[in-house]
Amino acid sequence: MTQFLSLLLNGISLGAIYALIALGFVIIFKASEVVSFTHGSLLLLGAYTMARLADPIGFLPAVLVGIVVTALAAFLIERLVINRLRGAPVISLAIVTIGVDIILLTELIRRIGPDILNVPHPWGGDSVRIGGVGISENRLIAMGVAGVLIIAFFVAFKYSSWGVAMRASAEDGEAAALMGIRQGRVSALAWIVAGVLAAVAALFLVGAPTPGVSAAAYTVALRAFPAAILGGLDSTGGALVGGLLIGITEAMAAGYQDQLSFLGRGFGEVAPYVVMIIVLLVRPSGLFGTKELTRV
Amino acid sequence: MLSIDSLRVTYGGAVEAVRGVSMEVRDGSVVAVLGSNGAGKSTLLRTISGTLRLHRGRVDEGTVRFEDTDLTRRDAGQIVRRGVVQVPEGRRIFGRLTVEENLRAGGMGNRDRAAKARAVTRVHDLFPVLRERAGQRAGLLSGGEQQMLAIGRALMASPKLLLLDEPSLGLAPRVIGQIGEVVAEINRQGTAVLLVEQNATMALGVADHAYVLDVGRVSLAGDARELAQTDEVQRLYLGHTGEAGPAQRTEQASRRTLSRWTA
Repeated sequence: MTQFLSLLLNGISLGAIYALIALGFVIIFKASEVVSFTHGSLLLLGAYTMARLADPIGFLPAVLVGIVVTALAAFLIERLVINRLRGAPVISLAIVTIGVDIILLTELIRRIGPDILNVPHPWGGDSVRIGGVGISENRLIAMGVAGVLIIAFFVAFKYSSWGVAMRASAEDGEAAALMGIRQGRVSALAWIVAGVLAAVAALFLVGAPTPGVSAAAYTVALRAFPAAILGGLDSTGGALVGGLLIGITEAMAAGYQDQLSFLGRGFGEVAPYVVMIIVLLVRPSGLFGTKELTRV
Repeated sequence: MLSIDSLRVTYGGAVEAVRGVSMEVRDGSVVAVLGSNGAGKSTLLRTISGTLRLHRGRVDEGTVRFEDTDLTRRDAGQIVRRGVVQVPEGRRIFGRLTVEENLRAGGMGNRDRAAKARAVTRVHDLFPVLRERAGQRAGLLSGGEQQMLAIGRALMASPKLLLLDEPSLGLAPRVIGQIGEVVAEINRQGTAVLLVEQNATMALGVADHAYVLDVGRVSLAGDARELAQTDEVQRLYLGHTGEAGPAQRTEQASRRTLSRWTA
């Protein structure tokens, strides 16, 4: 039982990080109609910036610069590439983002090399025990920060002008344009928000129990894709549920790997994709993907 | 206030949708544009509201001027801010947003807070049902209510000129009558209206001036009441057949079908 609770807690904390990434993925899709594969390298960019700058300028400034750099990179990708290709087929845009991702990733891997860079989190790699259930401090803080960010995001999405503009233009871009809503601005802002969320996720993803910033952090980020897709690509609530579901699945599959040994070692890493496929077989547009809600 | 001068618009560089149209909307007037499918009505509105590019259309010749500015090359946002706002064909309300959020979205181009507050009051006075249903998802409104919302949403931008694209489409005759009254009331409050319609009875009932478009050209223009009396408009848009009885009409119709087969 203790093991179960421990895995659940760790799964939720991992899931909260995935949810941050998946949320960014979903709002980019809603605002720009692009399935953005740039997320993995954006995340790595954030982590790399934080790791490199932590020594010379200190941890907190490095984190802030990392967030700004990542948001700026996302903004530039939108302005220089995506915005200029508006109206291109969704597939071409997705492939363009894969191209951008590969360019950015290659450069980052060249810079990181074979090293594992360390982001010196002041909370270190210690674990805490809550009623017999162990979790790393890093993951615990991640859960808190992600929770706050996610709530802030949903409040803004529901009540702010940006949120209304964003939802309106996601639903009917032309009608929104006729209302004077500038889609370019909405879309740019969505990329910036997604960049910030990815950078925050990066900060925690490279902390304990993960060893540090290496090219492997990129593959971890990729697991947020099934989270976004199984939740429903155009559903922010879906991204949250999907993130948690993937996080818990991964933690459980890794934790019970002795019992699951017939599936071979390392099942935890593929479990998210297995869950995604099963969900999509049952519900092709994801758990909360759009079903038409209209009366004619 | 709005003047269109020998406008020519093509789609994809090939399909000519509007071929040399000129028209004028005077301050405080209601102008109707009639025409069947494919006459170029929607293209005309897209050109005015700056959404032509979204449909891969291009202005080849001519200008659209509003007050003292040339709208021809401006984007949709700038045009809304100048006071020209379009209610799109088929309503196009944001069905997943609430009624209130739809109105908020409509006011996005309006930076003046006081004007926005006045606009809300105006919309709620015109359409009390939108106040009652403020928190409801717009997709659950009836067709007539959705049209009211689409008009209300456009009014949130405090337009000087309101463009309406077939507001009667798919609505019951009683509701169409209401739409006509609403248009007249909006105009009485000082907003000029350009009304594109297939329903000529309603359109000519509220308009001062009217144009008839036929495959991209203006085929008739004039005072709305006078135009309603002309044989052509009576026959094509008002469903009167002149002296011809129903029997003759059927015959004509079948002959037309036949000629299409042999052509």
